[in-house]
Amino acid sequence: MQSQSTTARTLYDKLWDSHVVRQEPDGTALVYIDRHLVHEVTSPQAFEGLKLAGRKPWRPGSIVATADHNTPTRDWDQGIRDPISRLQVETLDANIREFGAKAYFPFLDSRQGIVHVIGPEQGATLPGMTVVCGDSHTSTHGAFAALAFGIGTSEVEHVLATQTLNLKKARSMLVRVEGRLGRGVTAKDIVLALIGRIGTAGGTGCAIEFAGSAIRALSMEGRMTLCNMAIEAGARAGMVAVDDTTIDYLRGRAFAPQGPLFERASAAWRLLASDAGARFDVVVDMEAAAIEPQVTWGTSPEMVAPVSGRVPNPAALDEPVRRTSLERALHYMGLQPDTPITNIAIDKVFIGSCTNSRIEDLRAAAEVVKGRSVAGSVKLALVVPGSGLVKRQAEAEGLDQVFRAAGFQWREPGCSMCLAMNDDRLEPGERCASTSNRNFEGRQGTGGRTHLVSPAMAAAAAVAGRFVDIRTL
Amino acid sequence: MEKFTILDGVVAPLDRPNVDTDAIIPKQFLKSIKRTGFGPNLFDEWRYLDHGEPGMDNAQRPLNPEFVLNQPRYRGAQILLARDNFGCGSSREHALWALMDFGFRAVIAPSYADIFHNNSYKNGLLPVVLPAAVVDELFRHTVATPGYRLTIDLAAQKVVTPEGRAFGFEVDGFRKHCLLEGLDEIGLSLRHAEEIRAFEARHRASQPWLFD
Repeated sequence: MQSQSTTARTLYDKLWDSHVVRQEPDGTALVYIDRHLVHEVTSPQAFEGLKLAGRKPWRPGSIVATADHNTPTRDWDQGIRDPISRLQVETLDANIREFGAKAYFPFLDSRQGIVHVIGPEQGATLPGMTVVCGDSHTSTHGAFAALAFGIGTSEVEHVLATQTLNLKKARSMLVRVEGRLGRGVTAKDIVLALIGRIGTAGGTGCAIEFAGSAIRALSMEGRMTLCNMAIEAGARAGMVAVDDTTIDYLRGRAFAPQGPLFERASAAWRLLASDAGARFDVVVDMEAAAIEPQVTWGTSPEMVAPVSGRVPNPAALDEPVRRTSLERALHYMGLQPDTPITNIAIDKVFIGSCTNSRIEDLRAAAEVVKGRSVAGSVKLALVVPGSGLVKRQAEAEGLDQVFRAAGFQWREPGCSMCLAMNDDRLEPGERCASTSNRNFEGRQGTGGRTHLVSPAMAAAAAVAGRFVDIRTL
Repeated sequence: MEKFTILDGVVAPLDRPNVDTDAIIPKQFLKSIKRTGFGPNLFDEWRYLDHGEPGMDNAQRPLNPEFVLNQPRYRGAQILLARDNFGCGSSREHALWALMDFGFRAVIAPSYADIFHNNSYKNGLLPVVLPAAVVDELFRHTVATPGYRLTIDLAAQKVVTPEGRAFGFEVDGFRKHCLLEGLDEIGLSLRHAEEIRAFEARHRASQPWLFD
C-alpha cells in the first residue's frame, strides 16, 4: 500500500498539485486560481479594499460576474425598488465597469442568473480549474472535476490582487455510492442521506470525491446538486471525475474551448479521475437502492429523515447538548416528536436555488405537477429558474404553462427564497417545502420553517398540501 | 489587519452547537457595501424580540432578555465560548465583521466550519480550538462565576484560567505569524509576484483553454 500511495493520486491530489505556485515549510501553499466568480453581496468590500490599497485585479479575464442574491424575481420593468439592494447591485456594475471581467451578466441581462448555474451553463467552469467565489456553494462546480470552493470577502480581495490564495491541503474523503437509485430518488436525496449519516461537520477539513456507479449514472445537473451540498456536510469541496457525461455537457458551451482545442482539452480532462489504488483519508460507502426520498425536519441539514420516517424523539437521546439542540429545533419547527413525515402540512413551496433550479430539476417538478393543482391550503408556490437560459429553455418546453396551470408562480431567475434577501420569503411560523440547501433558523425569513427536499418531492408536497412519498404517486 | 498578541477578556457562553452564519448576521444586513456597523445586528434574531431591518434604530428595539449577550454580566465580553461546528453555513465574512464590531476578539470552541475558521484569521479574530471536555469545563466556570475572564496568549499558544490553569492550542505557523504582526496577507503574497507570473505562463502554455 505504501508504494501505491506515493504514485497513485486522487483527483483532489491532481487538482491540487497542478495549481501550487510555491509551498512554505509549514505546508501552507500559494495556489493559483483559474476562475473567479463574483456577485454583488460579497464583492463590494473587496473591490473597495483593492482601491484603497491602489491595486488592480491581477487577471480580469478570470472574472465572471453576475447579480443574483439581491435581485427581485418579478416586476423587472420596475427595476430594484429597495434602495439598499439597488445600491449594492449598482456597485457591482460600477466595479466591473472600472476593473473589467471576462463576462458580466448584470441584472436584466438575458443570461443573468444564479452564479453557480450560469458558470457551468456558459462553459466558464471547466475540468481541471480552480474555481472560487465569495459564496459557500461554489462547491457546485466540483461536478466538473474542478477544485471549487467558497471564500470570504478578504480572500475575494486576495484573489483579485494576486490570482492566488494561501491554502493548506485538505484531507480526502471518498463517498462511494454503488447500485441504482430507486424511482423518484435523486441526487438531492443522496446528499441529504449522506449529511444525515456523517453530520454537517462530517466533512470538515475534507475534500469529498463522489464516485461509484450511482454517481456515474447522474447527469451533470445531478452532480452539481450533489457537489453543491458538499458544503452542507462541512466539506471544503466536492468533486466528481470527468467522464463522457462531463465532456458531452461542455461541448459547444459559449466559453468552453471550440474545435480542435476542445478535443485537445478533452483528452487532458479525461485524466482527471482518481488513479486505481489512490488512498483516501476517509471512505464512506452508500448503497443507492437503500436511499429513500429525504425530508429535513429540523434546523440543520443533518436533521433529516426518509419520507417513510418520523420526526425523532429527544427523550431517546442521552447526550445533553444534542438533546437540547433537538428540543430547540423541534420547538422552532413547531413539530411534535414521533410525527410521521407525511403528516407534516406545508404553507409554501419553493422550487429554485443553486441546488435545484436547473432544467432537469424543473422537468422533474413539472412531471409531478402536470394535470394536477396546488392544494388550496398552500398559500404560495414559487418556481424560480436558475438563469435566464434555464427559464427560456423551460418555456420552450412548455413547463411554465404546466406550472402556471397548476397554480404556481413562474418567476425571473435569482437566489430568491433560498436566502430571502429579496422580497421572496416566509412569514413567521410558515412552513415551506423547499428545494434549496439550508434549513437554518430564519434562513428563508424570520421565524420561517424550512424542509429541504428534491424538486419532485416539493412539487408533490405542493399538490398534496403535505409531504408525500413521491414513489406512491 | 489588527495585531493579536495577548487578550485578557470577559467570556460570554453561547451554549448551542452548529451556530450558523445566518444566525450570526441575518441576510437582510448583507445588503451593506461596507465592512463596518454590523455589531448592533450580531445574532439579530436571537437578540431582539422584533424583526430587524437595515436602517432601524437598534437602541429602540425590544431586547430578548433571555439571550446571553443581553445579560449585564456579559457586557463588554471579548471572548465567545461556543460549541461544535461554530460558523457553519454561508461564507459571509459579515459574520466576522459583526462579531468584531460587537467587541469579540476571540472564539473558543471544540470545532469550526472551515470557511468561518479561515475568515477569522483574515480579520484578526482568533478561533481557538480546545477539546470538547475542556470547553465543557469552561462553560461551567463561565456560568458559575460572574465576570469570568480568560487570558489568551497567542505567542505561547495558551488559554490561561484565573486559577492559573493553562490549556495549549494549535495554530498554523503562517497564520500565527500574520496575526502576531498584523500583516497584510496580500502584500506578503505579492512578494511572490514573479513566481506567480512564471507559474501562470507555464499553466497557460500547457492548458491554454483555461485562459481567455
